[in-house]
Formats: sequence, structure tokens, C-alpha cells
Amino acid sequence: MAMTITQKILAAHAGLDSVHPGEIIMAEVDLALGNDITAPIAISILREKGIQRVFDRDRIALVPDHFAPNKDIASAEQCRQMREFARDFDITHYFELGEMGIEHALLPEKGLVLPGDLVVGADSHTCTYGALGAFSMGVGSTDLAGAMISGKAWFKVPTSIKFVFSGKLRPWVGGKDLILYTIGRIGVDGALYRSMEFTGETIDSLPMADRLAMCNMAIEAGAKNGIITPDGITEEYVKGRASREYTLYSSDPGARYDEVHEYDASAIDLQVAFPHLPENSRPVGEARGVSIDQVVVGSCTNGRLEDLRQAGEVLRGHRVARGVRMIVIPATPLIYRQAMDEGLFEIFLDAGAVISTPTCGPCLGGHMGILAEGERAVATTNRNFVGRMGHPKSEVYLSGPAVAAASAVVGSIASPEDL
Amino acid sequence: MTKQSLYKGKAWRFGDDIDTDAIIPARYLTTSDPDELAGHCMEDADPDFQSKVSAGDIIVGGKNFGCGSSREHAPIAIKAAKVSCVIASSFARIFYRNAFNMGLPIFESPEASAGIRTGDELEVDPAEGIIRNLTRGVEFRAEPYPPFMVDLIQSGGLIPYLLKEVS
Repeated sequence: MAMTITQKILAAHAGLDSVHPGEIIMAEVDLALGNDITAPIAISILREKGIQRVFDRDRIALVPDHFAPNKDIASAEQCRQMREFARDFDITHYFELGEMGIEHALLPEKGLVLPGDLVVGADSHTCTYGALGAFSMGVGSTDLAGAMISGKAWFKVPTSIKFVFSGKLRPWVGGKDLILYTIGRIGVDGALYRSMEFTGETIDSLPMADRLAMCNMAIEAGAKNGIITPDGITEEYVKGRASREYTLYSSDPGARYDEVHEYDASAIDLQVAFPHLPENSRPVGEARGVSIDQVVVGSCTNGRLEDLRQAGEVLRGHRVARGVRMIVIPATPLIYRQAMDEGLFEIFLDAGAVISTPTCGPCLGGHMGILAEGERAVATTNRNFVGRMGHPKSEVYLSGPAVAAASAVVGSIASPEDL
Repeated sequence: MTKQSLYKGKAWRFGDDIDTDAIIPARYLTTSDPDELAGHCMEDADPDFQSKVSAGDIIVGGKNFGCGSSREHAPIAIKAAKVSCVIASSFARIFYRNAFNMGLPIFESPEASAGIRTGDELEVDPAEGIIRNLTRGVEFRAEPYPPFMVDLIQSGGLIPYLLKEVS
């Protein structure tokens, strides 16, 4: 039977020749991931059950990125729980402060996730790794505990929706705009339980940072995973990072899709998602003039070097508007160093922005930039739910880095063309 | 399966796309203590929910209930708030998975979701998958659990199931 790339990866990890949609399988995972919010619950389960060892100490990643550097005593205790577990169980890939970055930027950067892998992570944005041609999905802490013990997880084989993008992207438009546009068309449950497969000539030439941003937000359409067929761009990215074998999968020519959506990418403008759902995306022109108090450039969606470069390019020679606070958060220590070496920090500091250590921080209303009642932010993050970045009566507008930086300069939502 | 008791309680109807930040805001995720989490259950969707809800009550959502983050704190908070079960026209997939793993009963039924208002007295028969709206005198059928889920529940959840496999 013809299968999609997602179905092929699932079948291979379940030791089966083929799988069909709806089938529930038990499959082996290549990597299980937890962070400082989700891992403590999983760790408590292992401790309570008296588990003495994990399935493979090299195939577990623990990243204290959400509330670290510890924002308060309670979060310090959660991080300590992870640290002690990593020490007691001799976990290879535990990332202490200084090595720690935002998990979904860090693991691909370190070559810990590779094409053809099956990854579960106790974080909903684990779907990011589909950009590398891996099957990866978010799970809860109990699933993480199960995977840490047994190296396995259960999966219901999904059907897929194919998205075909054609045409050349407009200036400044990137992966974030494509995915916001897509979610705007199909809605926040438009891909519920299903796989989103991004294809077409636009995707074929899309850089890895943009691909990662697209697959990252597949969960915002309710999808189980987002995925892109690995190609030369993928191989170029994993070259020098991979320290084990990997497999390049692609969908069979006759693979079945629930739906096929074809978009003319050359007609897609810079996007802004209005509060309080990512599906409320509109062209930036329709948001122009909305006044703002804060701008955040960072997160597992848009905290990569390419994102900081784009923000820097827009900001160069400008100042952040009076009354606006701009926070730049390089996603990993390597990105931080590269941005500094390239002179981007000078641009940010000259503009009046602050630069944070890597953390998820404000994206989930944790720390490093919480909004007060009635305040409004433009953020390159992934969710604009009620209260997501702070007070339940604050607002988040989602965009890519170019719109975020331009908005910081103007003091209200703006396009780089407005500068 | 052993005989399951009925869930009986008052309905609290919420809208579509109730996300996990509304169920338990991230600002409270510095703990996983069920009682502390229960104190903030549904806070950003209805700040007074805590003072109104009684043991056994039932949360009823529209489509895509539990969308957003993978935090297991969401089903933990609902369970610890002594809500007996959740009915929705559809559930976000990670929440669906977590609810089973945590032993929070959930029922998918677009008809029930549309036919229930806040304050209605409900009775749910989990074995039969029947939802009765006692206030309005109507009955709805929920999607049956896949056989694998029944196995999982009979084993006592995911961890006992996997431990049995490993040994």
C-alpha cells in the first residue's frame, strides 16, 4: 500500500512493512525529550515506581528552558529535580545553564534529531523536527515517563493533509508568514489528529530556519505532526552535526491525502495573527497602526540566527519607539555567540533593545517580559491565547521577525516597508 | 471491564478552542501539586469557576477542547477540582492522550456538546457511552473508546501497561 512519509517512519519504527490510518501501533523512539515544566512529573513517576534505569541514557534529552534561569524558588526546585535525576541516571543530554537553549532550536543544532527519526517530547512544539524529515510529536509527562522507561510509545497512525506552495516569496516573507497564513485558512483545529505535509517549489527552496518555523506551528492547527521531505537543504543542515546514521524518507507517489491545499506563495503578504487565536491571521496592512507596548523576538518558532539577522536588518540605524520595550532572545548559546560575532548585538543595543539569555520566558508568560493589564505585544512566538504572555487582559499579536522589528521602531504594528 | 459507576453532576458549558493556558495558566506551572493546580482550574476562562464548581460536576466544551500546550497539569487540575468527566464535540490530540494517561474520563460527542447548557443536570454512563441531559430529557451517544484505550484503562493506565510489557 502506498504510504505518506509520516506513515513510513511510523511503520519502520514499529517493525512493520506497512501501516494504515487509524491503526494503533507500539513503536520505538529515537529520542524522548522533557523540559523543566513537564519532566518533573515524569521523573516523579519513575522515582515512585522505583525504576532503576532508563531505556537508553543517550536517547533522552532534558532541557531546562521554560523557567530557567530559575525565575523563582518553585522553578528552582523543578530545575533541581531535573538536574538530580540527570546525575542519578547518568543522562548524556542534560543541558545545564550555559549549554541550555530553547529545546526545539537546541536539539536540531546539536544533531540530536535527524531525518527519519521518531521523536516524542513532553512539549507541544516537538512537532518542529518534521522540518528535518523526522516524525516528531508532543506528548504529556506520563507518555514521556513511559518512553524513558521502555523506549516505546503508542501511536495512532494519522491521515495526512498536503499543502502545496508555489511561487517566489515576497520580500521579508518567510516560513512564519506561510504557516500563519495556512492556519488562517484551515483554522486551529483544521488538521486535528492529522499530519500536515508541506510541499511544492516554494518549500523546495525554503531555508531550514523557515522550515523549522513552519513545522513548529503545525500544532497550532491541531496537527499531530508537520513534515517536509528531506532534501539537499536538509542534508546540508545535518552535515557536520549528525553523529549517527539517518534515513531519508519520502511519500510514495500514490499516497492518499485527506485534503490537498494549493497556495500561491507569491501572493502571500507578511502576516499578523490577532488575539486570541493563531487562526486570526491577516495581511500586515490590516493590522497597521495598532499601538503596542512590547516586542519580543525569540522563541522556538523564531529565535534562530536567521530570525535575529532579519530583525537586525530592519532595525539597523533605527531606534525603538519611545514607550515600547523590545526584548531579543537568541534561542541557544551558539546563536547568541554568532549574533554577537556578526555585530547584531550592536544593532539591537543601539536601537534600545535588550538581549536576554536563551529561555522560553515570555512566550508562555513565564518571565523576562510579562505583560500588565491592557498591554499589547507583537511577538515572534507561537501562541496568542488569553493571558498567554501575562495578564488575562493583555494581548499578543503574532508575526515574523521583520514585522516585529518594524513595529518596535514605529511604536505600532508596521511593515518594514513603512520605515 | 468491571462495572463502572455513572457520572452525575451539573454542567459547566464553555466555548470552542478552550486552550490549556485557560485551563491552567502557565504562571502556575511552578508546581505539579494537584490541589494547588485545582485552585486555578479554568481561571482564565472563568475566574469564578473555582467558587461555583461542586464535586462530580461536568465540564462541557465545544470543538478542540484542550488545544495548545502538552501540559499534563491541565487534566490534573480538572481532576483535582473534582470534575467527574469532560464532554466536548472534539478534543485536541495531546489533551486527549493525557486525559487517558491520567485517568480523566472524556467523551467526544458533537450532539451532546450542542445540546447542553450551563446548569443542566447530566448523567453519563461510561460503559454504554451514553450521556443523558436530565434537565432537558434528551440522550446522546458518545464515540466509543478504541479497543486499545480499553486495554490501557484495564491495565490501570499507561505506566502499568508498559511495565507489564517491559517485564
